[in-house]
Amino acid sequence: MSTKTLVRNEQDEEIAPRTTPTDRRDGVVGVGRPGFGWAAPAAVFFGLFALVPLILVAVLSFATWNGLSDPEFAGLDNWKKLFDDPVLIQSLWLSVLLTVLGVAVQTPLSILLGVWAAGHQRNRAILSAIYFVPLLLSVAAVSVLWRAVLDPNFGVPAQASWLFGDGNLFGHQASAIGVLVFVSTWQFTPLHTLIYQGAARAVPQVLYQAAQIDGAGTVRQFFHITLPQLRNSIITSMILMVVGGLTTFDTVLILTQGGPGTDTTISAYYMYQKAFKSFDYGTASAVGLLLVLVATVISLVMVRLSGYDKMRSTMEGL
Amino acid sequence: MTHAATRTVRRERPNFLAGFGSLIWLFLVGLPLYVMLVATFQSRADYAANGPLSLPRHFTLDNYIDDFNNGFGQYFVNTVVVTVCVVGIVLLLVPPLAYAIVRGRGRLTSGVFRLFLLGLAIPAQAVIVPMFYVISQAGLYDNLIGVILPTAAFAMPVCTLILTGSMRDITPELYEAMTMDGASPRRIFFRLVLPLSRSGLSTIIVFTALQAWNGFLFPLVLTQSASTKVITMGLYDFQTEHGVDIPGLLAAVVLSMLPILIVYLFARRALVQGLMGVGGK
Repeated sequence: MSTKTLVRNEQDEEIAPRTTPTDRRDGVVGVGRPGFGWAAPAAVFFGLFALVPLILVAVLSFATWNGLSDPEFAGLDNWKKLFDDPVLIQSLWLSVLLTVLGVAVQTPLSILLGVWAAGHQRNRAILSAIYFVPLLLSVAAVSVLWRAVLDPNFGVPAQASWLFGDGNLFGHQASAIGVLVFVSTWQFTPLHTLIYQGAARAVPQVLYQAAQIDGAGTVRQFFHITLPQLRNSIITSMILMVVGGLTTFDTVLILTQGGPGTDTTISAYYMYQKAFKSFDYGTASAVGLLLVLVATVISLVMVRLSGYDKMRSTMEGL
Repeated sequence: MTHAATRTVRRERPNFLAGFGSLIWLFLVGLPLYVMLVATFQSRADYAANGPLSLPRHFTLDNYIDDFNNGFGQYFVNTVVVTVCVVGIVLLLVPPLAYAIVRGRGRLTSGVFRLFLLGLAIPAQAVIVPMFYVISQAGLYDNLIGVILPTAAFAMPVCTLILTGSMRDITPELYEAMTMDGASPRRIFFRLVLPLSRSGLSTIIVFTALQAWNGFLFPLVLTQSASTKVITMGLYDFQTEHGVDIPGLLAAVVLSMLPILIVYLFARRALVQGLMGVGGK
């Protein structure tokens, strides 16, 4: 990148040494370069269907709208209502809990699987190809599948009561949360495994050779070489988990419907209920705006800490 | 090669602990897939009587046939239409955008790029209410077009990132050489940029197709009637309405994943890279 700019500047000096910066942009160097017209269609399309809704979510969070009449300005009513609602406060905590549990379970698991899959052995390649399958499926399909497999009457728990107690995993808060964390782990571990696999393959082999000469075993090599070298990937993968966890919705809708009671009603599901079951679109928009803000802050931190260039470099091992 | 040498050194001592762990994970991945396949080939009564773990005693395809008769054929067609259109829109709009971002010098263009980077951070869940408002106002509620447009828009940031990445890998000398010959941006785009970013293009095709095929949230909120139902919605409705017919439900799950699994068998590499794109989301 830097050499490219360097070359270009030298040419500028040669051809037109005294041009102003603006001239330079549209001048000799601009020949053969695509203008804004090339970007315009995509920009307009994206603006219309992604940025306009983003602005509207902010606007609607200060309005009442029931989906039929026109939205009316309501000031801070929605926000007041929101923070008076114990279900919302609880939903925020549940979102955080699910996210933290997800990160705590998936991170060690996917690091181990990723480092393991980075080896070039034949059996590892074959197993990795199978491990991958859950990631190919839609969240809807995976949730429906697990709901059926864990069905209290016709599923696996009914067959193995020594392990599952009364078998009704969806009937208690702790086990319902456990199911949600487990199903997300089942589906998304392959993604994070992939990130770590690429990163582990990029670790210079020299480091391992040196460690072997020094007599370090596999375990020491893992903790003293592999793990420190995976630092950037750990950040990337964790932040993906956090954003994914905070916006989990389909899994809850299909597996638990937020229940038992409101015991697994996390924020995104609370928003959906407010909008499309209670037709209180204003309050729902306020929750939506809250989610956007949290996701943006996390993504900014992500760009700060790892940079998207590094995110691309995790793909190199593929 | 030193690389090969290390490999043989490391192969001397197989890691039994890791091997054991990998088999446990294989069991966890395989169990629901096994239950699913086995259940779909037996009747409801057999499944209820024998439990989820036993093999089918009377092999039957009725579950699949019933699903097709209950509208899954239509849902399948709808999903194909949505997927093809979404991929088409993305392929039409994103390559010129990525080209302008990589080669353009305008301030507007780099502003657009920053906008798309910001777009990476917008979770679709969070803007679903205003999306419902926009699509209803546009008269596209309960219309496949209303699903296609937002799905395409939300696939664009990741695709732009992937494609600018592969276009940046084209050496500047090639651009310079074509410019020297007096080639227009359009000629450079079609003769140089598109042919050399084939791998990036296949990645965004796979990523977008997966997003569209597996999409759930937009269809859930923006459609309603049977004629606009996509396959994920079909699954959801099947579960809420006939949740006890587990073999029929699981047969529908198998039908929904079949096309992706077939693509996986033949184009594993492109699919894996497309899935990394999903991670970028």
